[in-house]
Amino acid sequence: MALLKIHEPGETPLPHEDERQIAVGIDLGTTNSVVAISRAEKPEVLRDKSGGNAIVPSVVYYGDDAPVVGEEAREHINTDANRVVSSVKRLMGRGLEDVKSVAGTLPYDVEIPEGSSDTAGEPMMVRLNVGNRVLTPVEVSADILRALRARAEEGLDKPVEKAVITVPAYFDDAARTATKDAAKLAGIEVLRLVNEPTAAALAYGLDNGAEGLYAVYDLGGGTFDISLLKMQKGVFQVKATGGDAALGGDDFDHAIAEHLLAERKDGGAADTLDASDAKRLLKTARKVKEGLTDQDAVDVSVNLNGSETSHTVTRAAFEAMIAKLVARTTVITEQVLDDADILPEDVKGVVLVGGSTRVPAVRKAVADLFEQEPLSDIDPDEVVALGAALQAEALTGGSDNLLLDVTPLSLGLETMGGIVEKVIDRNTPIPVAKAQEFTTYQDGQSAMMIHVVQGEREMVDQCRSLARFVLTGIPSMAAGAARIRVQFNVDADGLLTVSAREETTGTEQEVAVKPTYGINEIDMANMLRESMVHAREDMQLRVLTEARVEARRNILAVQAAMEADRALLTSNDEETIKNAIAALEAAMAGDDRDVINEAAEALENASRPFAETRMDSRIRQALAGQNVDEVN
Amino acid sequence: MSNTEHPAHKACWSCKGPVEVSALFCDTCNAIQAPGQLDHFKRFGLAQSFVVDIDAMEATYLKQQQLLHPDRFASKSGREQALSSQQAASLNEAFETLKNPVARAHYMLRLAGIEPEGGEGHTVNDPELLMEAMEMREALHDAEDKGTIDAMIKDTRKQARACEKDLGDAIDGNAFDAAKKLTTRLRYLMKMTEEARAKKSRLAAA
Repeated sequence: MALLKIHEPGETPLPHEDERQIAVGIDLGTTNSVVAISRAEKPEVLRDKSGGNAIVPSVVYYGDDAPVVGEEAREHINTDANRVVSSVKRLMGRGLEDVKSVAGTLPYDVEIPEGSSDTAGEPMMVRLNVGNRVLTPVEVSADILRALRARAEEGLDKPVEKAVITVPAYFDDAARTATKDAAKLAGIEVLRLVNEPTAAALAYGLDNGAEGLYAVYDLGGGTFDISLLKMQKGVFQVKATGGDAALGGDDFDHAIAEHLLAERKDGGAADTLDASDAKRLLKTARKVKEGLTDQDAVDVSVNLNGSETSHTVTRAAFEAMIAKLVARTTVITEQVLDDADILPEDVKGVVLVGGSTRVPAVRKAVADLFEQEPLSDIDPDEVVALGAALQAEALTGGSDNLLLDVTPLSLGLETMGGIVEKVIDRNTPIPVAKAQEFTTYQDGQSAMMIHVVQGEREMVDQCRSLARFVLTGIPSMAAGAARIRVQFNVDADGLLTVSAREETTGTEQEVAVKPTYGINEIDMANMLRESMVHAREDMQLRVLTEARVEARRNILAVQAAMEADRALLTSNDEETIKNAIAALEAAMAGDDRDVINEAAEALENASRPFAETRMDSRIRQALAGQNVDEVN
Repeated sequence: MSNTEHPAHKACWSCKGPVEVSALFCDTCNAIQAPGQLDHFKRFGLAQSFVVDIDAMEATYLKQQQLLHPDRFASKSGREQALSSQQAASLNEAFETLKNPVARAHYMLRLAGIEPEGGEGHTVNDPELLMEAMEMREALHDAEDKGTIDAMIKDTRKQARACEKDLGDAIDGNAFDAAKKLTTRLRYLMKMTEEARAKKSRLAAA
């Protein structure tokens, strides 16, 4: 289907080298992030300068100078802990209410911004108190993305402005939007948000050329995802997905930390921990966890409040601490299998993703559930970024493979009595467009509140509120007479747009479901202005690129038409059109968008008589009773 | 393609030349088109019948998504991206509708100008069915072990299969009143299977 562009001899090739920019794959993880690039369907991770580590810890240190990201930031935990931010992904798109449940486990202060709700009366995303700054999770994520972008540009020695970024399949609309906003702040155009498990499957699928049903079990630092995918004829179809956005390896660390504290307490040391102590203790706990992957027991000493204690943590003890957490993942997995009406033995292979799948107890639980050894020949820390890189290449350079994804959560509207009316069920393939009709319940009702929610529960207050808006201007009618059509659109990134329309009069209002828990447009604009000196230039470059893409399409279309209907082309028209094409090509070689658009319009005008002749000819054929298929 | 009708044409938005109203792509310049008034069956090249080969339909679905999905248009112009999103969404809707027997029946009834039961403002008034559903729900409520629920699931699925067959005969034989009733019954049976399954996983989790 792709159009091959063939230059006639002597014609100048169109300048588009500068437009075909490199696109990378980014796994923006809770604990660790990785950036990768794919060329000729061979993906590879981009390592640090010394060629060593692919992993960039998702940790940012906000000292007096520019933010520091990664391993270096982590070093500051011992000396300047309250300026170090980690696991910020858990807060993406979250309000204070959401965070309360994990509040004790967060190693920094969170606060709700002044006023605590946006103009629509919705709660806003939490802010972090870091040193003397107040930061949104979006800004912190943007700093991590900037570091990844810098690493990629350094490694590839080229500017990198496009990326596929992965998100947990279970991320809701607010968290997805927040991720896209963070990329925008970091000057990255998101080609596509891809679900992490899907990316992992892509990395495996291409390697193994596998056909059949696969499960991807993804236990990262802060999130758990389970997805079922069918692979056939180069198409990766997500059949069902489920998970828990607040369950991961961080919880294992907390279990160990609590265990160590309890042992100290039994030994008489009652600790009161400040943020800095908590972070150091968690760092120790993580070391213990990692040690227990290969060893049966790990000795550790804890020094808090001036008293040092020694502990031995056995693997058996650790497994007892996390048994409930691991069981939660298997229960969710069984539900997803049930949802898709699939038995564990139908699954041909199980892919492990995420550093937490290194924990032997986790591997054993997965093997027991599916009655087979899971696949893990690709490094579970890198597999998602590798898949994202493959997808980035597919999107920019073309590919025979295709990812078909689904909505992870049901989308619906509040109706009378706070009951949710589902409009799009979970696990519906995207993109999807669905409409539902509602009516008024009072005589003469002139407005209707449209409240959009996401989740599986039946009551509105148990689901996540995504947006509210009021459809006004409904003409006076008897109750039940108005016909209000609410349209839901979910795009290929999994992002929702909702519009409402009164059908009898055409009163229409559209809202892109965006700000709730996110950052409103004004804040976003301010942040862009502050943080990105080049924002304006970037924007102009993007507009210029779009003008060139559109112009090139225009030229190809006219050339194809001349080729197809040469008989209808007068030599006069042909000359006019060719001149207009040459003028447009010359304009495209320049950097002025307006000049390109004017030349494109001139080409349209020049080719209009020819287009009209073609239409007339077709209509005459139809009137003459000729079958069009035969004519072709 | 029918020989007696001449497909209507419109002007392609890209090359401005003629293109069939239901074409996915312009046959001159290859530009993706807006979804036309294509009914779900035609989209899959099928005759309008309740009996469908889902595997064959899926093969067509995958082939068409390969051409229409927005991922294929990531480096194209904004307009082409938007059109591809619309086309892919229409294709998804067509496949989701035809794949599911209840949705397929609802769709076919609407094509025949009949509003199926159970939609907004339509109550079900088949006392026999309501009684049957109530009994099934009570039995499910009382069921305490996996074996009993498994037997119930097996039984409802068997009934659903039989019901689906009758429904196909009714719709394809234009017996729309009977079809309407059978559709409602099939919907109940599928819902009961779902509820039984949900109860089973609740028991397993406890």
